[in-house]
Amino acid sequence: MLIQQFINGLTLGATYALIALGYTMVYGIIQLINFAHGDIYMIGAFIGVAVAGLVSNNFFLTLGAAMIGCVALGVTIERVAYRPLRRSSRLNLLITTIGVSIFLETFMVLLKGPQATGFPPILKTTTWRLGGLELSSIQLIILLVSLVLMAGLQLIVKYTKIGKAMRAASEDYDTASLMGININRVISFTFAIGSALAAAGGVLVGIYFNSVSPYMGVMAGLKAFVAAVLGGIGNIPGAMIGGLLLGLFEVFGVAAGFSTYKDAIAFALLIVILLVRPTGLLGRPIQRKV
Amino acid sequence: MLMEQWLSGLIDPYYQQVLTLVGIYIIAALGLNLITGLCGQLTFGHAAFLSIGAYTAAILTRDYHLPFTAALLAGGLMAALWGVLIGLPVLRLTGDYLGIATLGFGEIVRVAFTNMKVTGGAIGLAGISRASNLVNVTLFVVLAIAAVVLLENSRFGRALKAIREDEIAAESMGINAMWYKVQAFGIGCFLAGISGGFYAHLMQYLNPNDFSFIKSFEILSFVVLGGLGSIPGAILGTAVLTVAPEFLRFMAKYRMMIYGLLLVVMMIFRPHGLLGGVDFRRLLRRRKSKSLALGG
Repeated sequence: MLIQQFINGLTLGATYALIALGYTMVYGIIQLINFAHGDIYMIGAFIGVAVAGLVSNNFFLTLGAAMIGCVALGVTIERVAYRPLRRSSRLNLLITTIGVSIFLETFMVLLKGPQATGFPPILKTTTWRLGGLELSSIQLIILLVSLVLMAGLQLIVKYTKIGKAMRAASEDYDTASLMGININRVISFTFAIGSALAAAGGVLVGIYFNSVSPYMGVMAGLKAFVAAVLGGIGNIPGAMIGGLLLGLFEVFGVAAGFSTYKDAIAFALLIVILLVRPTGLLGRPIQRKV
Repeated sequence: MLMEQWLSGLIDPYYQQVLTLVGIYIIAALGLNLITGLCGQLTFGHAAFLSIGAYTAAILTRDYHLPFTAALLAGGLMAALWGVLIGLPVLRLTGDYLGIATLGFGEIVRVAFTNMKVTGGAIGLAGISRASNLVNVTLFVVLAIAAVVLLENSRFGRALKAIREDEIAAESMGINAMWYKVQAFGIGCFLAGISGGFYAHLMQYLNPNDFSFIKSFEILSFVVLGGLGSIPGAILGTAVLTVAPEFLRFMAKYRMMIYGLLLVVMMIFRPHGLLGGVDFRRLLRRRKSKSLALGG
């Protein structure tokens, strides 16, 4: 029973982690909480639904199409709505992300209606039973795909030139640009990767719960954001750990009988961790300088 | 009652409703302006305090038949109490982290109200008397503006501004930053609670989902659009952003989409807010000196 909950928690947590990475990377470089990120995840799921029929329900083509679609969307949003505001107050930028979020949600409601739709059956569900344990093929695929994507991200950030540029920019934005790093390209690339991961999360969650709706990004986005803060916002491994931790806490919280308070668990955990470690689990402490 | 009849003869009831709502949000925006604009503390959970005030006041008039004014005050005080209780631990955090923690608190309050029995849970609380009207809301708005203006120009207000500009410098000048921050938070939450009480008795129905984090950001956008820290700005920003969706009503389906676009466009083209950086006293003075120069 305990191990079963553990598997369920990991599955949920892996999807949170996929979304959380987008929040954390963008925050790491331009200190922006991109509240429209949850809606990119939602659009990713909808692209998945739209494309699945066209590619005769091929899982990898659907996933790839959703990721490419969201890369285009994420980069466009950054270019059109966020870049003009880069030098103005951060609160303005924050409200702009809320504006974009409202726009994307209502746009999807106009297009598809507010109700949830099912996901086309692009994965055959088989359930393996081992003793009392149950593992569905969908859970396994979610875990594997998330693992591969996160490993890929680590490779890009650690071993490629653009990854090095990203790390430099998150270390010190101004110095990085003085060193000849094209900061605009780095930021576009960061939005591209974050959006791709969110889209993958959207498709996986859409398949897992067999439900896609225009407002699915609100709570998922908020919780993924909580996960990013838990792990220490701006810190890539932190977002993965935060996501998994949050998934586990939620699943065990529900199992312990707090199901009506499910959505509050994440936020209670957030406040407790922030009070104990003000910059999250792996975050660097804020230095107060005079 | 008589007053209301006289008013409805003067102003169309629909406009009255919109204007009353503007007034209610101005009260909340003034509170947030004090916390974020004047004291520089980021909070994304203002709607939670609105809901605490709203539910407290509504339950007191509906179930305990308290007079509206008393219930309103109780709602404000309850919100302030929770503001201080939450502020004491959370105001230790700075910048975005404070915002995130208050956002978390706001969501916890919403989930709690959804699960509580006294609040009617997810179905909401109906059957609240309609006690808010343009007259009493306007009266309170005037009172609140006077109070906030007086506060801003007092020793207290100067301390808040000092904390906003540089907390360490303020502390080294002998300002107990934590104490002032908690006080500012408490007063801001009191105003939010009052605003919520009026809201409850205007809408006559409350639902926890009316007070999600989106509402907090709505109020924040009122203040930021007007120009952070400017009282006339907070009033103007609230008026513009509350009336705008009403004007957009003719394109019903596209209303919220345009609203989202409006937020983005306004932020891009008015980065310092509608009235940010405009000093009214200086404007007045300039006009006076100009007329003097002309006369002389």
